[in-house]
Amino acid sequence: MKAPNFDYVRAGSVQQAIDELVARGDSAQILAGGQSLMAMLNLRLSAPSCLIDIAGVPGLREIEQVGKTVRIGAMVTHAQLQQSALIADQVPLLAQTVPHVAHLAIRNSGTIGGSLALADPAAEYPAVAVALQANILLQGPRGARSVAADAFFEGFYRTARQPDEILVGVEFPIAPAGRRVHFDELSRRRGDYAMVGLAAALDFDGARITAARLAYLAAGERPVLARQAMAALVGTSADDKAIQAAQQALDADLDPPGDLQADPATKKHLARVLLGRCIQQLRQAT
Amino acid sequence: MSETRIKTCVTVNGQSVEREIPARQHLVDFLREDLGLTGSHLGCEHGVCGACQVMVDGQVVRGCLTLAAQTDGRRVDTVEGLSDNGELAALQQAFLEHNAFQCGYCSSGMLLTALHIVRNHPQADRDEIRDLISGNYCRCTGYHAIVDAIETVLRGAGSALAQAKHNGGSR
Repeated sequence: MKAPNFDYVRAGSVQQAIDELVARGDSAQILAGGQSLMAMLNLRLSAPSCLIDIAGVPGLREIEQVGKTVRIGAMVTHAQLQQSALIADQVPLLAQTVPHVAHLAIRNSGTIGGSLALADPAAEYPAVAVALQANILLQGPRGARSVAADAFFEGFYRTARQPDEILVGVEFPIAPAGRRVHFDELSRRRGDYAMVGLAAALDFDGARITAARLAYLAAGERPVLARQAMAALVGTSADDKAIQAAQQALDADLDPPGDLQADPATKKHLARVLLGRCIQQLRQAT
Repeated sequence: MSETRIKTCVTVNGQSVEREIPARQHLVDFLREDLGLTGSHLGCEHGVCGACQVMVDGQVVRGCLTLAAQTDGRRVDTVEGLSDNGELAALQQAFLEHNAFQCGYCSSGMLLTALHIVRNHPQADRDEIRDLISGNYCRCTGYHAIVDAIETVLRGAGSALAQAKHNGGSR
């Protein structure tokens, strides 16, 4: 189908984009890479009055180290992330994740800001942001603010971003020494939506796990932090017994709704499989 | 609500084009309907099939998920332009020889992904080729012929063909 009619504005600055959002009210939408938004428009699942294109806004395409974080501008594409040496070195979990995001042509246009702002529960970056305790950077008529990823993702396509705010970037803490990370997802076809996925960051002191962050995607209405499973791993040496205990603990952590690809029981089974593979791999890493 | 039109200047296959484009018109409709460039095909129209692919500033993109107005100030190359300038010649010949064109609907999009592979992943093995073309649907070939064709070009035309003959067919 064709998209419904809408107005279209090319914003030249963040301030101009905010002014347009304020002036036009709730039914205006920011256009970033458009790889989800355009599909929704073509399917007529969405009918905004106006698209505010931020492709021409300067300063949103940088990846830079700022103190102990790596700041990524909202308009940085998946392809850019995939090619960034800084991301590979300092945010390796994100680097591992990008190849799982959609397909080649989509990765050339789609952006990290768009993906985070949309908050699709089956998307990869929201889970990675929660696993790594990233901060989401917002700007609006009341100024700039930063929201912890865990608080940012509120529900099914729902975030803490106010309708007159723009997501301008995200800050990931630089991985500390002893950190081991793993991303994997199970999908019917590579690049398609995950049936379930896991973003994991474990801190080791020698063979012992001192901290664990496990965030699941496509396992709930938002990225789900598997707190019981995390607790079951901390203090252990990631032996088989610890893996089994963590897998059992997942039962209390996850209550996934079924979808077209898998029912809740299948998703829970796959979540346990992913956890087992993840820990087995990370305990061997040096 | 009357249709909003947006002034857009874009370079298509080397030619500068300036038009008042409907805001909601996506790039493939603009290329096909307004410029008569019907080589890019319209399949699913929501970013899944890849039949609509074109290059924007040298990068493969989905033509149905790109507004024509978004290409203002940018360079668009289609299968027509890349055929005329010879960039696709080796791939087209290999597709022909391996019977990787059947109905042809996916071919223009598939060729652009193949060109990206030739330019950026010259060392790709068969698994990597399959991964890179995984965003392009082909309902005829079962993909083997397409992977064969791309691999032939990556390894230098002729050598893989000779190898295939030597093996009595590589499939």
